Amino acid sequence: MNGRAIIIGAGQAGAQAAQSMRQAGFAGEIVIFGEEPEPPYQRPPLSKGYLQGELDTERLYLRPLAFYDQLKIDLRLGVRVASIDRAAKAVATEKGETVSYDKLLIATGAPPRRLACQGADLAGIHYLRTIADSDALRPVLSEGGRIVIVGAGYIGLEAAASARKAGLEVTVLEMADRVLARVAGKEISAFYEKLHRDHGVDLRLGAALDHFEGEKAVAAAILKSGETIACKAVLVGVGAAPATALAEAADLRLANGVWTDERAQTSDPSIFAAGDCASHPSAIYDRRIRLESVPNAIEQAKVAGVNMAGGEARYDAVPWFWSDQFDVKLQTVGVSEGADETVIRGEPSTRRFSVWYFQRGRLIAVDAVNDPAAFAISKRLIGKSGLDAVKLADAGTDLKSLAF
Amino acid sequence: MPKITYIEHNGKEHVVDADVGVSVMEAAVKNMVPGIDADCGGACACATCHVYVDAAWMDKVGKPEAMEESMLDFAHEPKENSRLSCQIAVRKELDGLVVRLPEFQG
Repeated sequence: MNGRAIIIGAGQAGAQAAQSMRQAGFAGEIVIFGEEPEPPYQRPPLSKGYLQGELDTERLYLRPLAFYDQLKIDLRLGVRVASIDRAAKAVATEKGETVSYDKLLIATGAPPRRLACQGADLAGIHYLRTIADSDALRPVLSEGGRIVIVGAGYIGLEAAASARKAGLEVTVLEMADRVLARVAGKEISAFYEKLHRDHGVDLRLGAALDHFEGEKAVAAAILKSGETIACKAVLVGVGAAPATALAEAADLRLANGVWTDERAQTSDPSIFAAGDCASHPSAIYDRRIRLESVPNAIEQAKVAGVNMAGGEARYDAVPWFWSDQFDVKLQTVGVSEGADETVIRGEPSTRRFSVWYFQRGRLIAVDAVNDPAAFAISKRLIGKSGLDAVKLADAGTDLKSLAF
Repeated sequence: MPKITYIEHNGKEHVVDADVGVSVMEAAVKNMVPGIDADCGGACACATCHVYVDAAWMDKVGKPEAMEESMLDFAHEPKENSRLSCQIAVRKELDGLVVRLPEFQG
């Protein structure tokens, strides 16, 4: 198949789709537009090893630049796409260049939600999504003092761990009554609350931020309760929102992100979408889901790439995630939302346990803390019914005997 | 720079000059050796950088830690000499290391 494919977004999904198109035999032009100056890179270390100064920038790159040359993938970095003209099958860049496409992939990601409260535009208030964001935050870690982290999701907690490792005083503000409330069950929340408090994090649950104060730079976070927390910097990690502006302006169907079918195709047959920006129908969960994760970006982009190359692939991978905080590795399979029963395997105080989430008797997710065996085996068990809960809860049972 | 030889499942060899301190996985990716996916980027979270260490090198490379060992259990066709290449740091003593790649990554 020939012609020109354009990929908007040089993240994990964009890079993977280009590679998968080539592997599927696409011989035409591939152009990737990326807003950031760097070639496609991995974001997970931005809140961990890279933030802590353990990796240089180049080690984040998914592939060396020569890789894109070899596959004849035209990386146009530092270029923002301003619009999609579906009738003309062309995109226009912010600089006014127009490039036509035969197939288009929207892989625009999900930038952080921003706060709009009073003082939210003060210097010293950080977000964390890009290399530039992490570069801006890193000096804060070596300066000492207190950082206030708004939001106890993965980003907030991983950054809290990094900041504590660097010796900062850390206050985490979470509106909900537990951490990771959006993504994990209460047993996991309780474990991570203790982990962070044991490491000296001042964790405030049910704490609502009102505004920030400071002359030019932020100097304090003021809670709705009236309490003032003096700080030298703030990191906001209150979730991400899919970047749908281009799709919306082009009148593509949206559904909590860019709507795609199981082939990663949008409501326009020439346009595909993958990664954090796209929602897709999940056979496992029997509903439409949108995932913000590296594995989803990779697997969905593989499907998009094959289909854009004229092949036939369907997306139905089991979702998975991971998070490293202090010396604890959390590995998650599936999506636990909607669970009506949980089984705990192992003892949380040993720092090695797993939580198995069921819905009407069907396994829908597993959170594995320092327990890669539970993680790996559960990938094969998601969606199945009839697991023996008693055997499962007995840490003496060989997990392999549960696989069927 | 230590030289590392990666042998694809089909027998194709790739000899790579690796920087000391990076992982055997990173050296492969940087030098465009096919067959190492490394989806998680080296976090020991995914088991898609599985390699078989040549018998002559097993002592020098060493054994996996518990976390890695559990992950390997579920890789595609794990063997005694299986390692996750993201968990092997390139050192001077590994100059000449030979690793073989599985048919596919799990």
